[in-house]
Amino acid sequence: MNVPDELYYAKSHEWLRRDGASGTVGITDHAQHELADVVYVELPEVGKTVAAGDQICVVESVKAASDIYSPVSGTVSEVNEALQSNPALINTDPYGEGWIFRLTTEGDQAAETLQTAAQYREQTGGSSKEGSSGSAGV
Amino acid sequence: MVDFGGWSMPVQYSGIIDEHQTVRTALGVFDISHMGQFYARGPAAGAWLNLLLTNDVARLDVGECQYTFLLNERGGVIDDLIVYRVEDASYLLVVNASKIDEDFAWMQSRLDASVEFLNCSQEYAGIAVQGPKSAQLFDAFFGGKYSRPARNEILTIMLDGAVFHIARTGYTGEDGFEVFCPANRAVKAWQDILQRGAELGLKPCGLGARDTLRLEMCYPLNGSDLSPERTPLEAGLSIFVDLQKPDFIGREALLAQKEKGIPARLVPFKMVGKAPPPRSHYAVYKNGRQIAETTSGGLSPTLGEGIGMAYIPTEFARIDEVIEIDIRGRRLPAAIQKRPLYRPATTVPVATLVL
Repeated sequence: MNVPDELYYAKSHEWLRRDGASGTVGITDHAQHELADVVYVELPEVGKTVAAGDQICVVESVKAASDIYSPVSGTVSEVNEALQSNPALINTDPYGEGWIFRLTTEGDQAAETLQTAAQYREQTGGSSKEGSSGSAGV
Repeated sequence: MVDFGGWSMPVQYSGIIDEHQTVRTALGVFDISHMGQFYARGPAAGAWLNLLLTNDVARLDVGECQYTFLLNERGGVIDDLIVYRVEDASYLLVVNASKIDEDFAWMQSRLDASVEFLNCSQEYAGIAVQGPKSAQLFDAFFGGKYSRPARNEILTIMLDGAVFHIARTGYTGEDGFEVFCPANRAVKAWQDILQRGAELGLKPCGLGARDTLRLEMCYPLNGSDLSPERTPLEAGLSIFVDLQKPDFIGREALLAQKEKGIPARLVPFKMVGKAPPPRSHYAVYKNGRQIAETTSGGLSPTLGEGIGMAYIPTEFARIDEVIEIDIRGRRLPAAIQKRPLYRPATTVPVATLVL
């Protein structure tokens, strides 16, 4: 399973890439593997303001709809429109072309509340049951 | 792995869509050991079953099977099952995993003292092989020795001292077999099937594909599409109910419902235009008013569209009628369809359409 070192991870299986005052969010390789076959992504609205841990959008696989939570507080600045026509990008490239949204953030929340790659590897390294309990519906 | 009726079951192996398409085009194998097996034996067994089940057991010859219902006094569905007449006075009943205890207790408390009635669910395993290449797999195993049972028929054979029932039935709409054998023989049988099936493109399939395959065929899932509050007439499955039979539990209630008018019908629908897939328990609207809740839903891998089923008030339960499904607060249009939503390339006779 791929867990890039430079990203931050939420317990609910979202990743965050810090880039100054903004951050990019997607779901992890582990999460996409557990969901399998992503068939629909309901993207958040640009301009929407969210708090860390808020449900922000929905990723649907064949088997279930799963809520996605914002790993940090901020305002949605951009969404990945390519997922509308090709939701499977989340499966094929979860940390690249399968990104879901960008948001502008205040302060460096990531370091306080999110896990490092090593911690996330530990979280998902246990039984598959434990690993699948985070993202709703997985 | 997920819990399903107390069993730990795989949702998927290679992926739901991949497994689904493998069953539609080649061959898939499912572990169905969670299903329950009862035997009813003795000269009076057929007549006794006929008092509990909706279809006419007397119409079965040895080696034949039928889809049928176990109803409560109100005509509601306790379970849907298949009855196989394996010998002249011996019937095998295959019931839903989550209903094994309830079905058995219900039947046991109404037992004819001369009938031997056994719950063999723990001792029996089940394996379903489904797909257009299933005949080839059968021949690879038994070619020249046994001929394939016809649709809705069952072959009972001894293999190294153990009884194997091989039925030409299934829950996918494709041609195929369901094999029931002693649990201690199942692992070897599963491995043999995987090995011999490999050259036919066979893949193991989980509960996820089992659900998408049956939903495309509009086969009901008990607990979702069937319930003790709904009759088989509402579920659109009256061809498996023989109201000509003089008596069976639920008959009076069904006759009364027929007389009074059937209030709702279980119908399949398809989302219109681009929409997220519907799921079970989504509200259904018509003319601004909630009229139903979906009982099943998902993405059809074959059609690439969202599909589902719901009990729609009879006045709206017409093909092409447009209803609205509430998906996370948005009411999106869907159109009622004829069943099945997908017709397999291999022709399926009416009797298996709702197995």
